[in-house]
Amino acid sequence: MFELIGIPPQALFGQLLLGVINGAFYAMLSLGLAIIFGLLNIINFAHGAQYMLGALVSWMLLDYLGGSYWWALLLAPVTVGVSGVILERVLISRLYHLDHLYGLLLTFGLALIIQGLARNYYGISGLPYAIPPELSGGQNLGFMFLPNYRGWVVIASLVVCLATWFVIEKTRFGAYLRAATENPTLVGAFGINVPRMITLTYGFGVALAAFAGVLAAPIYSVNPNMGADIIIVVFAVVVIGGMGSILGSIVTGFGLGIVEGLARVFYPEGSAMMIFVIMAIVLLVKPTGLFGRTA
Amino acid sequence: MCYKTIIAGALAAAAYTLPAHAQVSDDVLKIGVLTDMAGVAADITGKGSVVAAEMAVEEFSSTVLGKPIQIISADHQHKADIGASIARKWLDVENVDAIADIPNSAVALAIQNLAREKKRIALFSGAGSTALTNDQCSPYGFHWTYDTYSVSHGTASAVVKAGGASWFMLASDYAFGHQLAKDAGDVVKASGGDVLGEVLHPLGTADFSSFLLQAQSSGAKVIGIANAGADTVNAIKQAGEFGIVEQGQSLAALILFLQDVHSLGLAVAKGTYLTTASYWDIDDQSRVWSEKFKSRTGMMPSMVHAGVYGSVLHYLKAVEKAGTDDAGKVAAAIRELPINDAFTHDAHVREDGRVLRDMYLARVKEPSASKGEWDYFEIVSKIPAADTVWPLDKSTCPLVKK
Repeated sequence: MFELIGIPPQALFGQLLLGVINGAFYAMLSLGLAIIFGLLNIINFAHGAQYMLGALVSWMLLDYLGGSYWWALLLAPVTVGVSGVILERVLISRLYHLDHLYGLLLTFGLALIIQGLARNYYGISGLPYAIPPELSGGQNLGFMFLPNYRGWVVIASLVVCLATWFVIEKTRFGAYLRAATENPTLVGAFGINVPRMITLTYGFGVALAAFAGVLAAPIYSVNPNMGADIIIVVFAVVVIGGMGSILGSIVTGFGLGIVEGLARVFYPEGSAMMIFVIMAIVLLVKPTGLFGRTA
Repeated sequence: MCYKTIIAGALAAAAYTLPAHAQVSDDVLKIGVLTDMAGVAADITGKGSVVAAEMAVEEFSSTVLGKPIQIISADHQHKADIGASIARKWLDVENVDAIADIPNSAVALAIQNLAREKKRIALFSGAGSTALTNDQCSPYGFHWTYDTYSVSHGTASAVVKAGGASWFMLASDYAFGHQLAKDAGDVVKASGGDVLGEVLHPLGTADFSSFLLQAQSSGAKVIGIANAGADTVNAIKQAGEFGIVEQGQSLAALILFLQDVHSLGLAVAKGTYLTTASYWDIDDQSRVWSEKFKSRTGMMPSMVHAGVYGSVLHYLKAVEKAGTDDAGKVAAAIRELPINDAFTHDAHVREDGRVLRDMYLARVKEPSASKGEWDYFEIVSKIPAADTVWPLDKSTCPLVKK
């Protein structure tokens, strides 16, 4: 049997596939961040907490109401998205005329409060959430055992990411959005309700985070800190892709998932910092990010 | 002159004998529970540890030597400097007589040194470092519940005996994970088994699939999971997803608490081996105590909770026997008295400060075998106390006479 860069090709394919799955979460989360930053100019530090809320709401639906995973997939993003809309109206909208830093501080504070409340009521160890029976089991691909659920995660996140990209880049509504990003005053002058569009966009970005949270619930530990752990990596992904770039965040999300997956085989101890090393290099060479527009 | 001498002698005798009845400094016996209220260990220690200490005090009707007993608590936030400054204030200003629980080895080692210097009692339940009873041992420090040696040795030797001779270690990449993996690996080899490989993962990894795939392709019969908290939960959850147990490999968690299993759910955690110092469902005594604990905290006690209760209770018995809160005399009484509480029967404290007690090898139940919430462990066997502690002849503790 021949070997590729020191490991059998089967193992390599397996790791590549796992990287894509891991990247799916990065892509969904960084996409939401990119949309919010693109339109609101807010660095949404509460994104990790909203991802956690998505998982927590799925657990609540199951535990209190007996609602299945499929209901959670629909209801948790809606619920968390609505909470995002309220948050934007009540608090975040007051900061648009201020420096980025204020938005960052506000959302960071909100994240700490949301995590603190969750910890207070549900403890730190996490809550059990099982894989839905329809998606349990797996396929033997020859080079690895692929759990059906992981396959579903990749498909679901690809569909959501591409649909979002399509809406923003190819539809009339998306054109309004992009125009409002460039010049909100002028777009408003054409009779388009820009503040409402901004509110809905924030709600949608938050709903994306919650959707990722629902997808994560059956495979990752559902605990109040689950978002805090992943959000730092996702911010690095957004910076590498270019702040505010929709396509950039999707491509970079999947790409970095693969890089991290490979690092886990060749240099596992360094796998957690691999993304940050790449971020540093990208910032040195191309400060606007791989897909960023030059300022 | 003769008259004066008699008076003076009587006074001196009175001064000598009176305080011996109730020699408690500042008329209150204060015990500080220094714990983790909001961090990764908050469920296995935290508020539950405070309740456990209070339940021990209630068994004494809240008084000892005629003086009231008071429990105070604080959150060290897993930071050694914060923990040490709280403890310093407790010992210097608030006259705290003993500090209990102290999860996180770095904080625990800081407190061990402080308590040695200030001559006060430290009762470690939440910490797992074997250094507490080796290099860093103290005449006033007692390591109550578990250490990395006891949890890894018990599980590893039992699993090898049950036929799991080839291991692959999945360890978190910091001192604690390295130590657990090394301790367990040593036992596996000493018991005639073999460690086929090891992978070190960064602390706080969410996705373990890549590491699990490496463990799977190693062909080892047993995957030893040498990490803690959310890392353990994630690793076991994803091992279930990848069908690792169904495909014939088994998991051995080198440290797993009741609350972790609660978080995982039995469908995922079933079949995992672990070592525990106590379990709520052992006998009537442990069940009665645990039900009372559950009515106050909403959960069954972790082994750390049971340890905090046991250590505080034993401390109070020692104060009563010594007739004083003087740390030197109380420490002598702690070493002398046998340890008996709702979870512990005839245990005792070794010269290096380690509590010698039988532990249990447990296996997480199948969902169908569980009779309800918190009915999670099937006790496979009792591990004799001698097998759960660092051998004295290898001890580096200066208190151990060789």
